[in-house]
Amino acid sequence: MKPNDVILHSVTKAAVVIILTFSIYLFFGGHHNPGGGFIGGLSTASGLVLLYLAFDIETVRTNIPIDFKKVAGFGVLLAIMTGFGSIFFDVPFLSQTFGHFDLPIFGETELATAVLFDVGVALAVIGTAITIILSISEDG
Amino acid sequence: MNNIVILPIIIPAIAGLILVIFRKSVGFQRLVSILAILVMGFVSVILMGQIRREGIQTLQAGGWAPPFGISIVADMFSALLLLSTGTVALFCLLFAFQSVGKEREAYYFYPLFLFLITGVNGSFLTGDLFNLFVCFEVMLISSYVLISLGGTKLQLRESIKYILINVVSSSLFLLAIAYLYAMIGTLNLAHLSIRVAEAGQDSLMTTVALLFLIVFGMKAALFLFFWLPGSYSAPPTAIAAIFAALLTKVGIYAIFRMFTLVFYHEPQITHLLIGILGAITMILGAIGAVAYWDIKKILTYNVIVGVGFIIAGLASFTSTGMMGSIYYLIHDIFIKALIFLLGGTIIHLTGTSKLNEISGLIRNHPYLGWIFFIAALSLAGIPPLSGFLGKVFITRGTFETGYYWLGAIGLITSLMVLYSIMKVFMNVFWGETYLSKEMEKGKAKGPIMFPLGFLTAITISLGLGAEGIHEYVRLATEGLLNPNLYIEAVMGGNQIR
Repeated sequence: MKPNDVILHSVTKAAVVIILTFSIYLFFGGHHNPGGGFIGGLSTASGLVLLYLAFDIETVRTNIPIDFKKVAGFGVLLAIMTGFGSIFFDVPFLSQTFGHFDLPIFGETELATAVLFDVGVALAVIGTAITIILSISEDG
Repeated sequence: MNNIVILPIIIPAIAGLILVIFRKSVGFQRLVSILAILVMGFVSVILMGQIRREGIQTLQAGGWAPPFGISIVADMFSALLLLSTGTVALFCLLFAFQSVGKEREAYYFYPLFLFLITGVNGSFLTGDLFNLFVCFEVMLISSYVLISLGGTKLQLRESIKYILINVVSSSLFLLAIAYLYAMIGTLNLAHLSIRVAEAGQDSLMTTVALLFLIVFGMKAALFLFFWLPGSYSAPPTAIAAIFAALLTKVGIYAIFRMFTLVFYHEPQITHLLIGILGAITMILGAIGAVAYWDIKKILTYNVIVGVGFIIAGLASFTSTGMMGSIYYLIHDIFIKALIFLLGGTIIHLTGTSKLNEISGLIRNHPYLGWIFFIAALSLAGIPPLSGFLGKVFITRGTFETGYYWLGAIGLITSLMVLYSIMKVFMNVFWGETYLSKEMEKGKAKGPIMFPLGFLTAITISLGLGAEGIHEYVRLATEGLLNPNLYIEAVMGGNQIR
């Protein structure tokens, strides 16, 4: 008999949106408030894990067709490349810079290359966490 | 500002990450990993030239002033080790192409290999104690995966021991850093050196120094080597060879750095203890090498003897002894890789590692036999080969300091090493030929012989051309014995103390 988990599904759908929003908030708050790439990535991963728990792995995989091993690799690569980029501007490795830009919706915003590094960290954390969960949950 | 210093660390890292993303094609993986190692080696040659002309090269990551940011420092000692690392990694990689197998190659073998090199290079180049810890972990985590990759029963059992031991020693490392930070309040090695010199190395500081000695001793298989023989006999040949060549050397490098740059004020306590540990390590390692009749065991115990010997040079704390240590360290990186690759090839051919089941290989494999003979002589330190000069200098150094017992133990264990490796040679290559060519379990043709031949050529030329690298070794020794050169290069004119 198939168990009826309609409540779990409905709650998950609402909760995942909230968790992912919160994780993005944590991620962007990192420069001035507690938060940042690591915790942001980890909470994103926890939202995805909730999806895997509520629905089965195959369903989630068809809806989010991403190879998380590559996400992790790409994340670290991005983080190193933000450091590597500084070599071309003739400044020491891992130097960072920032500037104020007038963006269409946000108005005047401060953009820093440290955010790119943080994106890399977040992707690495998401990729690693999901890869661990997926590989211990599967057979073979 | 000098970005070339960081390149040996990030080139293998970037190449490894690209390979993680493009996993499917084995040919592409081989090409990129070879290119990365070649470029890295090329960079370290340039770096050596620069250091020779302009003195110690430094880079402050992110452009922050010295004690506040992370310093990346390349002195001649690091640069020599970098070049040796690159060369030995190249040949182990060439050997791995032939021997490691499609199954492992498809499961991130090359990325992990490159990350291992990243960690090793990072440890050699960093000028910051905590960054040293991180680079150690990069190296160790790659080595955990490499040791268990493939998942045979033996590998899994040994990797559990290996990981447990290293987790314990890493947490002790962290603890030691915490103690030191609580007392001194800085992590930059140059700044640490200044502050320890100012505060004086009292008994508490010496205790922390000894805690560091225990930690690095565990990593370098100095006295605390009980984990090594098992772990190094588990993984495939190419991996065991790079482990034997590099991993213990990083621990030795860390001991050298800490006890020449930071804790050099009480040599009658710390360096005497290092000497005693080195002597015990040599004796126990040599006993192990003589006792066993198993190729893998004999080779792994020879790694331990080598560690004890290099450390004896540091214990002498004279320029002769240190110079000997550096010569011997470089020689040891090459010879341990060569001897492990040879041992692996023999086991590959005969299908067994027990000496009494193998005999008379010289009839069908003359080249392999004579390469092994040269490697054995070089390992024991016979004059025209590379092991000789290091041994002479280390022995002279210990005699100069008055540690006659240490020098004597070194010489006696050399004899035991020669006996143990000749036992392998005479049993494996001489005698009646058990196996005809057709009955052999594997082949040793062309491609697999190239790395062996090249490494033998290197050990011969290091012996004959010792004069050629003398200038570099002298500069490295000078850097180790004058911490002020290092401090000046890192701190520059900075007034913050």
